[in-house]
Amino acid sequence: MSSETADLSIDTNLDEHGESPFPGARRPDRSYRLPAHGVEIQVHEWGDPDAPPLMMMHGGFDFARTFDVFAPKLAAAGHRVVCWDQRGHGQSEHAALYSWDGDMRDTMAVFDHVAGSQPIPVIGHSKGGALMTQLADAQPHRFQCLVNMDGIPYKRNIPDLAEHERTTMLAADLAGWLDHRRRTSTASRKPGTLDDLARRRGRMNPRLPHEWLRRLVTTGGFKSDEGWRWRIDPALRFGGFGPWRPEWTLMRLPGLPMPFLGILGGQMEEMGWGTPPAKVMPYMPIDGRCEILDDVGHFVHIEQPDLVSGLILDFIGASS
Amino acid sequence: MNAHTVTLRHNKIDLALHILRTEPLDPATPSRPLLLLHGLGDKSPAAVPHWVESWPGVIAALDFTGHGESTVPGGGGYAPETLMADVDQALAHLTGGDPDRSITVLGRGLGAYVALQIAGARASQIHGAILTDGPGLAGGPTGPSSQSFFALEGDGSSPDPYALVELGRDLRPGDYAVSFVGLATAGSPATDPITVASSFRPKWLTAVADAPGVAEGSVADALAAYA
Repeated sequence: MSSETADLSIDTNLDEHGESPFPGARRPDRSYRLPAHGVEIQVHEWGDPDAPPLMMMHGGFDFARTFDVFAPKLAAAGHRVVCWDQRGHGQSEHAALYSWDGDMRDTMAVFDHVAGSQPIPVIGHSKGGALMTQLADAQPHRFQCLVNMDGIPYKRNIPDLAEHERTTMLAADLAGWLDHRRRTSTASRKPGTLDDLARRRGRMNPRLPHEWLRRLVTTGGFKSDEGWRWRIDPALRFGGFGPWRPEWTLMRLPGLPMPFLGILGGQMEEMGWGTPPAKVMPYMPIDGRCEILDDVGHFVHIEQPDLVSGLILDFIGASS
Repeated sequence: MNAHTVTLRHNKIDLALHILRTEPLDPATPSRPLLLLHGLGDKSPAAVPHWVESWPGVIAALDFTGHGESTVPGGGGYAPETLMADVDQALAHLTGGDPDRSITVLGRGLGAYVALQIAGARASQIHGAILTDGPGLAGGPTGPSSQSFFALEGDGSSPDPYALVELGRDLRPGDYAVSFVGLATAGSPATDPITVASSFRPKWLTAVADAPGVAEGSVADALAAYA
């Protein structure tokens, strides 16, 4: 069936909130809109509102509700788990501009709202882990400890390309990006059935079960007249280019003054960062360590929520 | 036709493209448009500046996002690469969307850095990029540095204070800048597709000036060469 003629009547097995159930998954206990200096950010919280707060940031092309299984496990241990949708992601506002600095500023608005400048435990996955690593370097007073889940960047070379082929590749990348930008004012995400979108997502997340991907569609998408669409801003696009180099974030690691736990998935996949553990071990901070999960992919907290939440709770307990 | 302003839509931004000279000096002689790019915190001139009057063709000037009469967005998030995409919208307009037509760009300050980028990214359609002095020419560091993050209060007027901060400290490694030179020389119809006409040479611009395919000279000489 083509996406344009999607039969929406087959959205079966949804709960009373219109969400596809998954074992252990739980809606946030509270969700609200936070004005963040010009952009509206959607915040989601699990756990007792009076419990000590813990911040958790999702990765690029994800959204806070991807923590629907993981966050309740941390909340059950006595934490107020605060997550938010990055600008353009999930239910947050589609911004006119996107950048690392913009994400960082939105993050600070959430931190200020939740904890002022008090130090609290912080967890980040993928791009969220890299962002939090940089913020920990710039504003260490906000961090009681930091957990980076498969978001430790490492320089990846492509050694077998000749220089003229590199130039051609970059030229094609740039032209493709500019062509995309020319279309952004009228672009929309491709519609489809719930299972269409789950299967598309599955191509990037081949290790995650289809039932989980269905839940992601119903928590990170919306149902339009033409079918389900992802909420993420169609102006956002995978890949890109710019002057920033992954190893520059890696260089910030050794100097982090707070306790640090890195958790790396050993299995490479499409959205993974391919960070070889041996390459980042020399950069561990003096109060840092790294756990390698050999048979786990990039989404360590989704594939192994009990194992990873256990590691993190032990770490936070030891850091407090 | 008198000078006028065209509104171009780039994502959620309305860009102001000012057509300062609407017809070539000699309509019988083929010519290409000249696009002027202003410096950081500045805006387009209201009329053809005296230093480009010799250009034989149409002359236009673009207000970057957050500057001049273009939209000031909420929440910042600026990068020179996004401004390059602003210029790409102007390129599409000035060439009528015809990939076989080309323009020349002249950038001052920050506009010079963006002119370099579009010269590499749309090499076949940029017949010469002239980089000269202006606000924001230096940019930020050339490598990792200690960083500060903070929020600013704006009133929606231009220039956007986030633009002033974020585009005044963006990373500009020399080898990154030179990569655009390589693309321009590989794909541009011009012999020396980039001319450095500035007196001040921050590190990225020194690296550009030293690269093969880059000429050095005055703005007037460069305009004559690319006309």
